[in-house]
Amino acid sequence: MHHSEHLRRASEAPGEETWRPAARLECLRLRAAVLAEIRAFFRARGVWEVETPLLYSASASDPHLASLHAAYHGPGAPPGGRRLWLQTSPELAMKRLLAAGSGPVYQICKAFRDGESGPLHNPEFTLLEWYRPGMDHHALMDEVVALLEHLFSALGQELGPCQRLSYAEAFRRHAGIDPHRADAAQLRACFLDQAGDIAAGVDPADGDAWLDLILTHLVEPHLGLEGPSFLYDYPASQAALARIRPGDHPGEPPVAERFELYLEGMEIANGYHELTSPREQRLRWERDRRRRRRLGLPDVPPDRHLLAALSHGLPECAGVALGVDRLLMVLSGAEHIDEVLAFPLSRT
Amino acid sequence: MATYSTNEFRSGLKIMLDGDPCVIVENQFVKPGKGQAFNRVKYRNLKTGRVNERTFKSGETVEAADVVEKEMQYLYTDGESWHFMDPNTYDQYAVSTEAMGDAAKWLKGQELCIVTLWNDVPLIVTPPNFVELEVTETDPGLRGDTSGGGSKPATLETGAVVRVPLFIDVGDVIKVDTRSGEYVSRVKD
Repeated sequence: MHHSEHLRRASEAPGEETWRPAARLECLRLRAAVLAEIRAFFRARGVWEVETPLLYSASASDPHLASLHAAYHGPGAPPGGRRLWLQTSPELAMKRLLAAGSGPVYQICKAFRDGESGPLHNPEFTLLEWYRPGMDHHALMDEVVALLEHLFSALGQELGPCQRLSYAEAFRRHAGIDPHRADAAQLRACFLDQAGDIAAGVDPADGDAWLDLILTHLVEPHLGLEGPSFLYDYPASQAALARIRPGDHPGEPPVAERFELYLEGMEIANGYHELTSPREQRLRWERDRRRRRRLGLPDVPPDRHLLAALSHGLPECAGVALGVDRLLMVLSGAEHIDEVLAFPLSRT
Repeated sequence: MATYSTNEFRSGLKIMLDGDPCVIVENQFVKPGKGQAFNRVKYRNLKTGRVNERTFKSGETVEAADVVEKEMQYLYTDGESWHFMDPNTYDQYAVSTEAMGDAAKWLKGQELCIVTLWNDVPLIVTPPNFVELEVTETDPGLRGDTSGGGSKPATLETGAVVRVPLFIDVGDVIKVDTRSGEYVSRVKD
């Protein structure tokens, strides 16, 4: 008994007691302070807090998001149980609230993503998501900056100057390529030339994969170093649930009205000028499901409640999801997400 | 044949890349929120020693490299090969001059080295971090000058040449750090 106890302990990292939280207690207190300040910020602006189900009958269809699922057994469930998905973000249900006339709403909740674990990823993490009827993605970027200024000043920290770059401008500046016009072969050549890396297993014809690689290897390291950086107006192929705007000038390619926030080279938030057309929403879901089938990924049913809500009418709005854990990493100087989580995956 | 998926990647893992055995030095999971997941890997080619970067699509699999490290005793050289023995099994291994690399110039016999084997063939020999060798050739020593100012080349009994302080003389035994190739101290008798 005594001997096996000794062996078990010896197999763990020396000096580490894994029952303890991974984060220092002062970092967990910082989390509590940040959550309180987020709530104060939105209360002052008349945005109200809501809660929606984490276990839900549908989930994100995006082929690059893997959902965890569970089964409910009991009253109201069919024999064998009812499959429910742990939400990758609360967007589906929150849009139903907006269609029902909620007005501006926010939520702080857990979100779940299968297959994601690393220095910047934990499969269970905290999202702040909010929606602003009447705003477009630029107006919402203003509010994201206001929130950051509020949080940094409440915590006695200084926020550097804000930078806004279109996705195209960022690629031109940091990789010397036009992301909207270059084809997959040109994107691949750009990556192979400049990244000092070979990504042998990536399909040479998969333009979006090469865009992602250029973004992570060549562009992101330059973003958010002085203060917050926004990338906006993404390629239409990466619209997700953002609306797509035709080119601003004749002959220009259409762009997705989507933005991402970076701090210290790290992606912190992702926002959309939201798609409101039920027809377009249905088409994107069907396209995602076809891609899932082709890639051999599990099918995810579309959310019929959201389709009904969109048909009823979603107000013109913008919405954004912000990773609270990563924001805490910036505020506390952490280099690994485990440093801001009480019990990350390795200690659950 | 054993394979590893990117989910099993960690530093120290030995894998085959482009037909060469390699060891993962650093592995990072990267994923843009709405984009594809990748593993960004820094690896060392165990044949050439070169460090490179490669990005894998998450879920890709790679072949495992049958690479093991064993402590072995250096016995002798016949001019073409260097002969080592596994002190546990008494198995003997002949190591090519190419695989010996720099290790050759630090060994005179009996030293315990780390031999990296790939498919049971020696690939790399890592000498002990410190060796003690006799000086066989150097300019006459300036006795009494132990202030440490200035240095001169000295040839050791194995043929290696290192910079030593001026007070070192032929016949002195010195301690050398094989990782840097630098003189550490004179060994007192």
